[in-house]
Amino acid sequence: MKLVTHNMLSSKCLKGVVKGFPLKIHAVEVKTHEVEFNKEQVIRLIPKLEWPALCEAAESLGELSGLPPDVGPDFEGDEDFLKKAHHILFEVDVVNGELECPETGHKFPVRNGIPNMLADQKDHSADS
Amino acid sequence: MKRRKYVEGILQQIRGFCNPRVELEQYVTPSEIAASMLATIDEQFDDIAGRRVADLGTGTGVLAMGCTALDADYVIGVDVDADALRVARENVQDFDFGVDFLLADVTKLSAIMKQRFDTVVMNPPFGTKNNIGADVRFLEAALSVGEVVYSLHKTSTRNFVRKVCEQRGASVEFLAELRYDLPKTYKFHRRNSVDIQVDFIRVENRSFPPVN
Repeated sequence: MKLVTHNMLSSKCLKGVVKGFPLKIHAVEVKTHEVEFNKEQVIRLIPKLEWPALCEAAESLGELSGLPPDVGPDFEGDEDFLKKAHHILFEVDVVNGELECPETGHKFPVRNGIPNMLADQKDHSADS
Repeated sequence: MKRRKYVEGILQQIRGFCNPRVELEQYVTPSEIAASMLATIDEQFDDIAGRRVADLGTGTGVLAMGCTALDADYVIGVDVDADALRVARENVQDFDFGVDFLLADVTKLSAIMKQRFDTVVMNPPFGTKNNIGADVRFLEAALSVGEVVYSLHKTSTRNFVRKVCEQRGASVEFLAELRYDLPKTYKFHRRNSVDIQVDFIRVENRSFPPVN
């Protein structure tokens, strides 16, 4: 699970949960691998993100390194910033761990890089 | 045309289901059909490159990978079957593509994704056998998370599909009629393959209120 995906996930599927965002990450295994940098792609995605949630997620993985708490007005021209954002969004992969609902504490497993958001745990999976 | 050949070449190398599950109507989308769907979406409507795309009922990730190959900004493949997604993830790693997968019930997706997608692509279950109505449940789910939806539905259900879309204030366009060659995946298929008539549809959904 890349952090760009984490930035969109909420636990509102659980009964009684109002916002369910952001999910807390309890990572057991994190990998980073290189993904080709595409400046225009990052520029288009940034305005769609919940930036504070992204920073929080990056920090919980020890990957915050120099990511500013706010997106500056001239971020489009700041290549250094865009590269950092690209790294956080696409190159950091949570392979195993859990996502925790901020309201109920319900835990959603992440296995083999795939978050399991089946709230009722009927996941047709052989190994869970 | 070059892009289409490129995508088709990639899709032909994708692994299929290890143990297809009859209750989920799992079939691998044939690579020619997937490639021509994606080529149409890309060339005629420009709805893949630079877009955020969701592939619902992604299975082993065929359409999701095709969208990444066609330069989508972000692609997520959603499926309820962990085994299929494991294969999908292996497929993606072979090509080093930036696709993420999510194990979730497609019909509950609007309560899981905080954002709407620019484009939804899907080859949903056709809603046959033990799975009646799944086609429409997928379509409704797609309309709840996507601005534009591309999907395949049995031609015999055309009027019903039109009604479902119109009731939600979405406009549907029937782009093409395909002969879908279902290979003999399950025992209940007596012949080696069965042709069924399928509509390739585009549904525009801009009147929907935003989520959050």
